[in-house]
Amino acid sequence: MSFLEMFDVLNERLIEEGEDPIAFDHDCREGICGACSMVIDGKPHGPWAQNTTCQLHMRAFQDGDTIIVEPWRAKAFPVVKDLMVDRSAFDRVIQAGGYISVNTGNPADANAIPIDKKSADDAFAAAACIGCGACVAACKNSSAMLFAGAKVSQLALLPQGDPERKTRVIEMVAQMDKEGFGSCTATGACEATCPKGISITNIARLNKEYMRAILSSEEA
Amino acid sequence: MSFKKLLTSAVGRKLTMGATGLFLVLFLIVHVGLNLCIFANDGGEMFNRAAHFMGGNWVPRVLEIGLFFFLIVHIVQGLILEMSNRAKRGIGYEKSYGNRGSKWYSRSMALLGILILIFLILHISNFWLPNRVHQGFLLGEEINLYDRMKVTFSIGWIVIVYLIGLIALAYHLMHGFQSAFRSLGVHNNKYNKLLTCIGRGFAIIVPLLFALMPLSFYFGWLS
Amino acid sequence: MQYDHIIITTFYSMAFDSKVPKGPLENKWTEYKDHCKLVNPANKRKLEIIVIGTGLAGASAAASLGEMGYKVKSFCFQDSPRRAHSIAAQGGINAAKNYQNDGDSVFRLFYDTLKGGDYRSRDSNVYRLAEVSANIIDQCVAQGVPFAREYGGLLSNRSFGGVQVQRTFYAAGQTGQQLLLGAYSALERQVALGNVQVYDRHEMQEVVHIDGKARGIIARNMMTGELERHFGYAVLICSGGYGNVYFLSTNAMGSNVTAAWKAHKQGAYFANPCMTQIHPTCIPVTGDHQSKLTLMSESLRNDGRIWVPKQKDDKRKANQIPEQERDYYLERRYPAFGNLVPRDVASRAAKERCDAGYGVGTTKQAVYLDFTEAINRYGKIECGKHGIDNPSAEIIRHHGLEVVKEKYGNLFDMYEKITGENPYEVPMRIYPAIHYTMGGLWVDYELMTSVQGLYCLGEANYSDHGANRLGASALMQGLADGYFVIPYTLGNYLAGEIYHKPISTDHEAFATAEKQVAQRIAKLMGIKGKHSVDHFHKRLGKIMWEYCGMARNEAGLKQAIQEIRELRAEFWQDLRIPGSDKEYNPELDKAGRVADFLELGELMCLDALDRAESCGGHFREESQTPEGEALRNDEKFMYVSAWEFKSVGEWELHKEPLIFEKIQPTQRNYK
Repeated sequence: MSFLEMFDVLNERLIEEGEDPIAFDHDCREGICGACSMVIDGKPHGPWAQNTTCQLHMRAFQDGDTIIVEPWRAKAFPVVKDLMVDRSAFDRVIQAGGYISVNTGNPADANAIPIDKKSADDAFAAAACIGCGACVAACKNSSAMLFAGAKVSQLALLPQGDPERKTRVIEMVAQMDKEGFGSCTATGACEATCPKGISITNIARLNKEYMRAILSSEEA
Repeated sequence: MSFKKLLTSAVGRKLTMGATGLFLVLFLIVHVGLNLCIFANDGGEMFNRAAHFMGGNWVPRVLEIGLFFFLIVHIVQGLILEMSNRAKRGIGYEKSYGNRGSKWYSRSMALLGILILIFLILHISNFWLPNRVHQGFLLGEEINLYDRMKVTFSIGWIVIVYLIGLIALAYHLMHGFQSAFRSLGVHNNKYNKLLTCIGRGFAIIVPLLFALMPLSFYFGWLS
Repeated sequence: MQYDHIIITTFYSMAFDSKVPKGPLENKWTEYKDHCKLVNPANKRKLEIIVIGTGLAGASAAASLGEMGYKVKSFCFQDSPRRAHSIAAQGGINAAKNYQNDGDSVFRLFYDTLKGGDYRSRDSNVYRLAEVSANIIDQCVAQGVPFAREYGGLLSNRSFGGVQVQRTFYAAGQTGQQLLLGAYSALERQVALGNVQVYDRHEMQEVVHIDGKARGIIARNMMTGELERHFGYAVLICSGGYGNVYFLSTNAMGSNVTAAWKAHKQGAYFANPCMTQIHPTCIPVTGDHQSKLTLMSESLRNDGRIWVPKQKDDKRKANQIPEQERDYYLERRYPAFGNLVPRDVASRAAKERCDAGYGVGTTKQAVYLDFTEAINRYGKIECGKHGIDNPSAEIIRHHGLEVVKEKYGNLFDMYEKITGENPYEVPMRIYPAIHYTMGGLWVDYELMTSVQGLYCLGEANYSDHGANRLGASALMQGLADGYFVIPYTLGNYLAGEIYHKPISTDHEAFATAEKQVAQRIAKLMGIKGKHSVDHFHKRLGKIMWEYCGMARNEAGLKQAIQEIRELRAEFWQDLRIPGSDKEYNPELDKAGRVADFLELGELMCLDALDRAESCGGHFREESQTPEGEALRNDEKFMYVSAWEFKSVGEWELHKEPLIFEKIQPTQRNYK
C-alpha cells in the first residue's frame, strides 16, 4: 500500500464516521506532476531518497510506528487547508522570466542549431524539476534557489535561451525575493531532498549568471 | 540592474558574503604566515620583524582599512542574511529535518560566525588595539608583540577562548570556503571537487597552525 | 427494471457538417489557411476566449491565442497549470521530419496513424496532424525543450510502436513533462504580459448557451465553493480523456470527463465513446485499496518473455515452475510477432489466460514478464566479448544482469519501489490497464463541436486516433491542435462574431446556468447517505472493466447498462459528502465527476453495443476470426458514432460516414 492510499483509507473511514477528511494535494500518483507535498517525519516526501510522497510505500515504516505528517512550511507557501499549501509563488517566479520569448509560428528548423550532447543532457537534468517545492520545504532558509536555479540553468545551457539570459536571471531572483523565499546558504538539504535529484550545481550556475548579468548590464 | 542589487538581493547578498569571505581567507594566509615566524625559535626576532613590516608600513596599514571594511561587510551582511532567512519559515516543523544531505556546521554558519566574532573582539583587544594605541594610530613605535604573546598566552582561559574560536573558524571554513566559490558561480564539477579538497585541507590546516601558537606558549614549547 | 432490449435510433446524418475543405487531401490544410477569415489585431483585443484545461492542448492553445492578442481565460482544477496530466507521458512525440533519412514523410505518418487507428478516424484531420507534426518539433526546440541529442548535436530519434521508421523525438522517459513545461512556460509568459489569466483550482461546471452558441461557462472556485460566471466568445474544451471511468487507470486521480460531459449535455455530440486503449504492461492491482495503476514502458517487451503456468491455479512460486510447465502464450499464439504483438492483442491475450484460470499472484489477475532468458542470452554474449571460456551459470548470470540493469534499471527500480519485489530475482507480474481514450467530443475539421463556438482539442476530442492510438501520437495531437490548428480555425469563426457585443454575465442564460449548477451541488450535498464517492466509483469501475474493458459482448454490455443504471440510482440516494460546499471539499469535487462518469459509462456501453465489430481497442467477442483475432466489419461499421444527448440514459446516434480518399483499409494480421 502506498502512503497516499493509506490516507485514502483513513479518509474513507473518517467520512463513514461523519468526520471531515484530511485535505492533501495529489494527482498523478506516479511522481511526476509535483502535486503531492507532505513532510513525513521531518523529511519532505518522506524517508526514501529521490522519491515523491505518492511513491512512498508503507514498507518504509514498521508496525506501530508513529508518523508525523506536516505540510510544507514556508512563508512563501501559505497553508491552504490541512496538508495543502499554496505554491502559486512558483508560477510567478516562472512568469518573471522562466521562458524563452518565442511566439507560435514558424521558428527555424529544429536541427538548425546543433547543441552539444553534454549541454543538452545537463539542460534536461535541470529541466526534470517537477515544481513540487520540496527544496523549499527542506531548506532551513526556505530558499527557492534550487527551483529557480534549475530553470535558469536549463535555459542558460541552451543557445535558444541566450538572448534573454541577463534579464531572466535578474527578474526571477527579484521575484523570488518578493515572494519571500530565503537565500541559499548551500547546506545541500535541497539536493538530498529533490525527488528528481536536481544538483545544486544549478544554483552555482544561477549565481554566475546573476553576477554576469549585474556586472555586464549597462543600466545604472 | 544596478550594483545595489549586489548588496540587497538574496543572491547578491550571498555574492558579497562569498567575495568578502574569500578576501578574509587571503588575509588568513598572510596572518598564519606571520605567526609561523615564531617557530623560527629565535626569541621572537623574526616574528617581530615581520610584525613591524605589517604595522610600521603605510601599504599594509591602508590595506588594513580594507580588511576591516570587508570584515564588517561580512559580519553585517551575514547577520542580516541570518535574520532574514530565519524569518522565511513562519511556523516551524514539529519534527526537525535532521542531517540528510547537509552538515550541522553548514546550517550553523551564523552561530560559528558569532563565536569567531567574540574571539576576534578578544583577540583584537589583546594585540592589535593596544599596539595601534601605542602607535597613536600612526606609524609610531610598536610594542613588542612577541613578549605580549608570551604574557597573554600564559593565561589559561584566554588560551581556551582562542581554541574555541579556532575550532569555530575551522568549521566555518569547512563550509565557507567551498560555499564561497559556489556563491561566486563556480559550477564546474571538476573545480568543485578540487575546491572541496582544498577547502577541507585549508579548514583543518590553517586553524591548526593558528592554534599551535597559544598552545606553544602555554606549554612552553618554544625556547 | 429489465434492460433486455435496446432500441438505438440511428441515421446517417448530414445534420452536422464536418466542414472538410474541398480539394486533394494534401492541399486541404493549405487551402484552408489561405482562405479562412482573419480577425484584425484591434478586434482580437476585444475578444475573450475561455480555455478549459492546461495540458498540452489547453496550454498551447491558450498561449498561442494570447500571443495573437486575444484575451484568454484559462482554467484548471490543479493548483498550477503545470500539473496537468500530459506531464506523465513517457515515450515520445512523433514527427515526420525524416532526420534519419529512413524514408519518412508526411504521407507515411498519416498512413501509419490512420492504419494504426484501424481506419476509424477522419482522414483529412489525420493528414493535417501529420502535416503540422514537423512544426511542433521546431516550436518546442525554440522554446528550450531539451530533447535527446546525438553527439553531433543534432536531435535523436527512436522507433516506437511497430512502425518502420525512426520518427519519435524524446526527452529520456519524460517527454510529456518537457513538452508540457514548454507550453506552460509559454502560457506563463502570456500571463506576465497580461494576455492570459489563469484560474487554477477552478472546475468548469456548465457551458452557457445563448442563441445556439457557446458564450461562456460557470466555473466553481474549488477553494471557496463560489460559483463564477465567465463570458467568452468561444469556449475551448481541452480537458483530456475519461479513462478514470474505470476507477483504476494510469490517469491522474483528478482526470475527469466533467467539462466534456457538460458540453455534451449542452448539445455537443460524443463520438466513439467505447474506443479506449489498454496498455499491456502495467503493474497489476494488488488490493482493494489501490488507487491507480502505473505504466511500465512498453520497451520491456523487447527482452522480457510473457508466460503463465500450464497448470490451472498453480500455487507454486514462479522460480519453482520448471520450464516445460510454462506457457509462453504469446509466442505460442503469434509465432511471427511473439511478445511484440501490438498493445491491444497482448492485452487481450493476457486477459484470456487469466479468465481461463491461469493467472498468477495473489489476485490471479497477472501474468509473468520474465527476463531470465534475456539475462542468460546477454550474459553469454558478454562472456564471449570478455573471452571467458566455459563460464559457469553464475558468471553468465552476473554479466547478463549488468546488461539488463543498464537497459532497464530505472524501470526495475520503479517496479521494486511499488511492489517490494526484486525483479532481478523473480519475474515481474504485469497486467493490462486503461490508459488512453480515443473517443471524445465529436469535432469538425475546425475542431468545433456540434455546438457553435464550442471547440474541443487534444485527448478530449475523438478526431485523430480512430479505434486505437499509436505510441507517441498523443503528445503530437495535443500540441498540433493547440499550437497550429486552433489559431487558424478559431479566427475563422470569430471573424463573424466581432459584430456581436460582449454579453453581460447578468444575462438570464448565465443566471439559469448558475442556478442549475447550484441546485445540482445542493442535491449532491443533500443526499446524506452512507457511502463515500470512492465506494461508488470503484463499483462503477468494476462494471466497466468487466463488461466494457478488453473484451465486450452483447449480453455483457446489456448487463452493464442495467447495472450502471442501478448504481446511478443508488448513488443519488446513498452518497455521503462530509463538510460543506462553501469550502475546499475534495469529496464534493469527486462526487460531481463520478456523477458524470455514471452517465458516461452507460453511453460507452451503448456505443460498444452498437458497434458489433472488433476494431482497434474495441473487441467484440461476436466479431472474431476462428483463431480468436479481432475482425473488423467495414461494410457495416465504417462510420464514426456521434451520440446526441437527449436526456439522462437516452441518446440519439448520428453516423458520420468515413470515406478514405487515398488509402484502402486492410485487415491487421500478426500471426
